[in-house]
Amino acid sequence: MSDTHAQSVAYVRDTMLPEAEPPASETGVVKWVRANLFPDWINSILTIVAIYFLYKIVSGAWPWFMNGIWSTDSLAECREILQGTTGACFSVLTERWNQLLFGFQYPNEQYWRPTLAFILLFVAAAPLLFAMYVPRKVLYFTALYPFLAFWLIWGGTIMVPIVALVGIVAGYIVFKKLEGNSFAAGLFGGIAAAAITWFIGGFIADAMSNFLALPAVPSRDMGGFMLNFILGVVCVSLSLPIGIVLALGRQSHMPIIKWICVIFIEFIRGVPLITLLFVANVVLAYFLPPGTNFDLILRVIIMITMFSSAYIAEVIRGGLAALPRGQYEAADSLGLDYAQSMRLIIMPQALKISIPGIVNVAVGLFKDTVLVSVISMFDLVGMIRGPILASTEWNGVYWELWGFAVVMFFPVCYGISQYSQWLERQLNTEHR
Amino acid sequence: MSTITDPPSESFQLSQLINDTRYRSYTFQFIAMILLIAAFAYLGSNLVSNLRAAGLNISFDFLGEPAGYDINQRLIEYDSQSTHWRASVVGALNTLLVAFLGCLMATIIGVIVGVLRLSKNWLIRKVMSIYVEIFRNVPVLVWILIIMAIFVAVLPQPRDFRGEDAEASMLLGSFAFTGRGFYFPKPLFGPGSAVVIAVFLASIAGIFVFRNYARKALFERGQMIPTLWPSVGLFFIPAILAYFVMGQPISLEYPELRGFNFQGGVYARNSLIALTFALAIYTAAFIAENVRAGILAVSKGQTEAAASLGLRPNRIMNLVILPQALRVIIPPLISQYLNLTKNSSLAIAVGYMDLTGTLGGITLNQTGRAIECVLLLMLFYLTFSLCISAIMNVYNNSVRLKER
Repeated sequence: MSDTHAQSVAYVRDTMLPEAEPPASETGVVKWVRANLFPDWINSILTIVAIYFLYKIVSGAWPWFMNGIWSTDSLAECREILQGTTGACFSVLTERWNQLLFGFQYPNEQYWRPTLAFILLFVAAAPLLFAMYVPRKVLYFTALYPFLAFWLIWGGTIMVPIVALVGIVAGYIVFKKLEGNSFAAGLFGGIAAAAITWFIGGFIADAMSNFLALPAVPSRDMGGFMLNFILGVVCVSLSLPIGIVLALGRQSHMPIIKWICVIFIEFIRGVPLITLLFVANVVLAYFLPPGTNFDLILRVIIMITMFSSAYIAEVIRGGLAALPRGQYEAADSLGLDYAQSMRLIIMPQALKISIPGIVNVAVGLFKDTVLVSVISMFDLVGMIRGPILASTEWNGVYWELWGFAVVMFFPVCYGISQYSQWLERQLNTEHR
Repeated sequence: MSTITDPPSESFQLSQLINDTRYRSYTFQFIAMILLIAAFAYLGSNLVSNLRAAGLNISFDFLGEPAGYDINQRLIEYDSQSTHWRASVVGALNTLLVAFLGCLMATIIGVIVGVLRLSKNWLIRKVMSIYVEIFRNVPVLVWILIIMAIFVAVLPQPRDFRGEDAEASMLLGSFAFTGRGFYFPKPLFGPGSAVVIAVFLASIAGIFVFRNYARKALFERGQMIPTLWPSVGLFFIPAILAYFVMGQPISLEYPELRGFNFQGGVYARNSLIALTFALAIYTAAFIAENVRAGILAVSKGQTEAAASLGLRPNRIMNLVILPQALRVIIPPLISQYLNLTKNSSLAIAVGYMDLTGTLGGITLNQTGRAIECVLLLMLFYLTFSLCISAIMNVYNNSVRLKER
């Protein structure tokens, strides 16, 4: 008997057929298009509608963008050149870019100063943002950066930031010396040392007012996107520590401290930022000692910082609440005191959980800095609505200017949120 | 040999206040209290001396004085002889109007976009995520101003509706969308219309009773009663019958072009429309993300279990996914509503007379009473925020998972 059934069956195939190609509709582009764009009739309609709208938008915007004119002196000249065809008048950007970025009063020849401060910001922020890739020594530069940036942007003698820095360092050294005896003694000693240093340093700074002095620029001359950036960076960095303190206060077992924090947070979160800016603009002056004259930018920084610290406090409270009770108990059973357990056990974990929330608050805050245009400060939006759209040359140029505002804000905010997602992945210590 | 049996005598020492955990918290609270009182006393004394120097005082009498300015968009009667208080109330109602319309629109757009971001369709998914990212990452004030500019530039002016071959025409002969605002037909209530409205409200109540009854019948006796068509019938038929029985008491007043502008009908100013629209699509981008996260939070096994029971996709969405996703979505949704309400204070940028425009704007500038106005303004917004979160929390508790 043979293994093939040659005797009983008429024909038996004894070799494999070559593999056939899959049908054209099941491979490559065709399959992708069918699966992703036209899987059923309702999705097909949606796709066609979407393509139609995209076509409308692109076909409208493309000639407008391509016919754009970059080198005239006014809108009227743009219209003359365009002769009724669609086209953008980007000359407003080439002519007023400095006002949009730095405000209309910042001295032209000093633009390198805020620009340098902006570039150095990345160097200073790098060890905080990318702690695993940047050498830790750069942190010293980060500590110096606030003083350097102040000197670069506001100008004046370098002695003022140096005295401020020396005061803080002196206070810290005294605190460390006395902390061994008692925490309170260290704290008060440190504050006293800082105050004495500042008091004496004040005279020195006055006496040496020309030492390494840059031309001073008063706060009211700040404007444009630079103002948004200053407000955003300063307020976020100030509100983070305040927010942590408020969150801890709200979790505290001491009723009076807890209620002070609760009332502060809920009050600030219940009112719009604009009312707080009204407070900065018209009310805060009544509460300051008679004769003092804080400048507006400082008052605005105070109010925005209060505002964002309340929001950050709520985010961090969420992180604290999400920690299992065992973490608190473990810290206690190790014999750590309150400050140690918070600093070493609780806060690192709580902050890690709250990173996405903190970043959301930071992005929201940066966007909210444009609200200062309502109290007639000339930030980016204030510049557009005020001096530029009100000028005779550029009255009526809307799309180019608002497009510029979108182009300025979008990369910053989008970049920050992408960074936070990256950081979340980096900090994810769960093993799967 | 002697042993020490007595504990050391409990003598109170001053250092215990800071070193003994029993007393330390009292010390800290006492210090905090003193600091707080000192800060308030300092600010208060500054306030008193500043006010004395400026010859001012704190008084709310100005609220009873005539405001002397006009408000072009209002829900209640108001003229320039009305009081400042009345102006504030008009502004507050305008704020609530924008907040209500904006929340409604934002929810609808947000839910649709959130669901579409999870669609199988690649193009739709990409378009929706571009929309969400662009709107979330640019300040709302910029969007309000852009949309206001689009409204004024793109929509036709009332004069374009004039003439034989007009450039623009009214939708269905009764809706006009112009750069100055939208005009709608206005219902006029004649005598007897109260009966029609009462019948209509009663039939809505009837629908609820009927659906409750149907659900009970299903759960207790396993009896399926169709609810869709009877509900639709209940909704329309009694009201229409009453309308004709009472002799057609409700009529519509159509907007008409007279002279340079439309007359009659309901007029919603362009600032109201643009502000509502801008706030809605800005907030919708955030709501869409919440909705997407909520849907993704429902585990895949739920969908598969429902599919293996033989439910159709839309019933899986309605009966299994959404009720569970809702519990995740509602809390962030509440804070989005609050944000929208607070952002509505940006109305001042497009000249819509909301609370910030009346009380915090013209009234403040006319009377010069900054402290009182800003204080009242904050109290108004605080009340709104607390009310919205209270209402939404009640709703949140009703949809929350009932655990035993």
